[in-house]
Amino acid sequence: MTGHLRATLRDIAVVAFAQSVAPDPGLSETEMLLPVLTDVLAQAGLAPGEADFTCSGSSDYLAGRPFSFTMTLDGVGAWPPVAESHVEADGAWALYEAWVKLLTGDADTALVYACGKPTAGDLEDVLTRQLDPCCTAPLWPGPAALAGLQAQALADAGGTVPPGPGSTVVDGAAAVVLAAGDRARAMCARPAWIHGIDHRIEPHALGVRDLTRSPSTRLAAERAGAFEAPVDTAELHASHPAQEVILRRELRLTDDVVVTPSGGAPAADPVMATGLIRIGEAADRIRRGESDRALAHATSGPCLQHNLVAVLEGERRP
Amino acid sequence: MALTAPLVVEFPFTRSLGPVQSAFLTGLRERTVLGVRTADGRVLVPPAEYDPGTAEELRDLVEVGSTGTVTTWSWEPDPRPKRPLRTPFAWVLVRLDGADTALLHALDAPGPEAVHTGMRVRIRWAAERTGAITDIACFEPYGGEERRAHVTPHSGQFADPVTVLTTPARLDYTYTPGRAQSRHLDALARHRITGERCPACRKVYVPPRGVCPTCGVATAEEVDVGPRGTVTTFCVVNIKARHLDIDVPYVYAHIALDGADLALHGRIAGIPCEQVRMGLRVEPVWTGDGRHPDHYRPTGEPDAAYDTYKGLL
Ligand SMILES: [Zn+2]
Repeated sequence: MTGHLRATLRDIAVVAFAQSVAPDPGLSETEMLLPVLTDVLAQAGLAPGEADFTCSGSSDYLAGRPFSFTMTLDGVGAWPPVAESHVEADGAWALYEAWVKLLTGDADTALVYACGKPTAGDLEDVLTRQLDPCCTAPLWPGPAALAGLQAQALADAGGTVPPGPGSTVVDGAAAVVLAAGDRARAMCARPAWIHGIDHRIEPHALGVRDLTRSPSTRLAAERAGAFEAPVDTAELHASHPAQEVILRRELRLTDDVVVTPSGGAPAADPVMATGLIRIGEAADRIRRGESDRALAHATSGPCLQHNLVAVLEGERRP
Repeated sequence: MALTAPLVVEFPFTRSLGPVQSAFLTGLRERTVLGVRTADGRVLVPPAEYDPGTAEELRDLVEVGSTGTVTTWSWEPDPRPKRPLRTPFAWVLVRLDGADTALLHALDAPGPEAVHTGMRVRIRWAAERTGAITDIACFEPYGGEERRAHVTPHSGQFADPVTVLTTPARLDYTYTPGRAQSRHLDALARHRITGERCPACRKVYVPPRGVCPTCGVATAEEVDVGPRGTVTTFCVVNIKARHLDIDVPYVYAHIALDGADLALHGRIAGIPCEQVRMGLRVEPVWTGDGRHPDHYRPTGEPDAAYDTYKGLL
C-alpha cells in the first residue's frame, strides 16, 4: 500500500546524487565515503550534520569489521548527535527507510548513503553466509554458482540468455539527498519526485521458487505504481544477464525503454551501494531532463530473492 | 604508503533446530530423507516449518526417496575445501522422488557435458554422519526411473535426536586501516605518536581516522603529540583475558597526550595499581620491536590539575 501513500501525504524527491569512481584500495571506508558525502551535500546546499535524518546501508561481512557503520558516521558530522539509522542491506533499503521517515513528516531532508569494501574479502565465501544456515550455507555455494542455476532454469524454459559479463565487483560508495516539497524545489531545478517505492521478498529456499520468474519484483512494481503509466527509463540491478531477462519481463519493459544506461552492475558493482546507485542514476536522468518517468530496481540475496522498485517522475515541462 | 594486514574472522553458528529441522537433520544421519506436507498436499524437501505461501504451521512429516531428478544445475570449476567435493562438480537442485520442491547439493560428474536438467540422480551418503546437510556427501548419476508415490508418513522420532546445529565458519580478509591510520602506524614504528588536526575546528585527533566527526571534513595536517600525557580516567583489570599475556591485576587508562584533543587508551605499569590516579603524568615505553607502546609509566612530574584535562574525560 506504500505506493498509494504519496497522494495523501507529501511530495518527496531525490535532489542530489554522488558516487565514488575507482577509489584507492588503501582508503578506509570512511575515507572512501567522505568525498562522496561532501559532493552530495554541496549539490543540495547542506552543511555536514544539517540533514534532518541520516540513514546508511552496509554489511559488516564484506570487510569483516563489526559495527563498521559506526566508523563511517565520522564522515557525516555526527557529533553532536544526529538523528541516524542504519540498515544491514544495500543503501536502496536505507533510502526506503528515509523516504518513510519523510512521509511521516518527522523530517524534511535526509542524507542516505551506502558503502562497501567487498574486495577486502572473498565474496564467493562471504555471500554464502546470507543463505539458509541449516541446509544451504554449510555447502558454501558462491553467488556465481547460484546465478548459474537461475540462468540454466531460464534456458531450460526456452528463454534466451544473452552472453555477457556478470558483475564487476569493486569497492565504492554512493550518497543521495532526499527532500520534501518546497525544500526539494529550492535545492534542485528539476527534482526526481518519488511516485512510489515498494519492496518484496521470496521464500528463502531456492528449491521452492520458480527461478525463471520474480513475482516479488512484479508485486513491488505494482505497489510502487510502475504500471500506472509507461516509464521511459529503467535502471536495473542485475548481476547476471539472465536476471535482466527476468526483470524485463516482470517489469513489462517494452523495447523503447532505455534500460540501465549507466552500465549497471556489469560496469561496476560496489556491493551494498549498487542498488542505491540505480536509484541515483535514474534520478540523475530526470534531473538532467533526459527522462520524465524512470523506474529503479535494487536486489538482494541469491537469484533475485529480495527486490525493491522505485518509480521517479520529473515535473511536466511547460 | 597504506598498510594492510591479514584478518581472519572465525565463528560457529549455533542454532536451535526446532521439531521440523531437528527431524530432517537427524533423519539424514539415519539415511532417511524427510519432507513436510502442506495443507494443499505438496511435499516440501527440505522441509519448512511454515508454508511459504500461506505461513501456516507445518508438522506433517513424510519420508521421501533417496533418488531424484535434477531440475536445474550449474558447473562449479572451483572446488574449494569448504565445498562438498574436491574436484570440479555441478551444483544441482534435485527434486527427490515423492517431493514437490528441490534440494540444493553437489553432483559428482566428470564434466559439464555429463550433466543435464532432467537427469536421474541418487544420494551418496557420507561415511560419517552427524545430523547435517553434509551427511549427504553429494549426488551421483543413477539409471533408475522415477518411482511414483514414494511417500510414507513418518513420526519424525529418532533415538538421540540432533537438537542444536553448530556450523563453523571462517572468512579471510585483508584489513586496510586507511591512509590516516597508516600514517599514524608508520610514525609509531619510529616511536613517534602523531595525530591529525581538523582544518575547521583545529582539534587534534589521536589516533587519527581521517575525518573530524564534529565538522564532517577531512583531517590532513599531521601533528606530533606527547610523548608525555595525563591519565584522565582508569580502571583496575582483575580478570585475565584469553590470549593476552599480561598478569592481573593491571591498570587500563585513558591518557590525554600533550597536544591531543582526544584521549587514547593504554596500560599503566611501573607503579602499584592502588597508586594510579587521575591526573598522573605518564610517558610511553616501547619494548622489543613492537609498533605500539607496551605500556605507559609515571614521569615523576607533579600531577596535572583537573582543569587541564576535564574537557577530555
Ligand atoms: Zn573539526
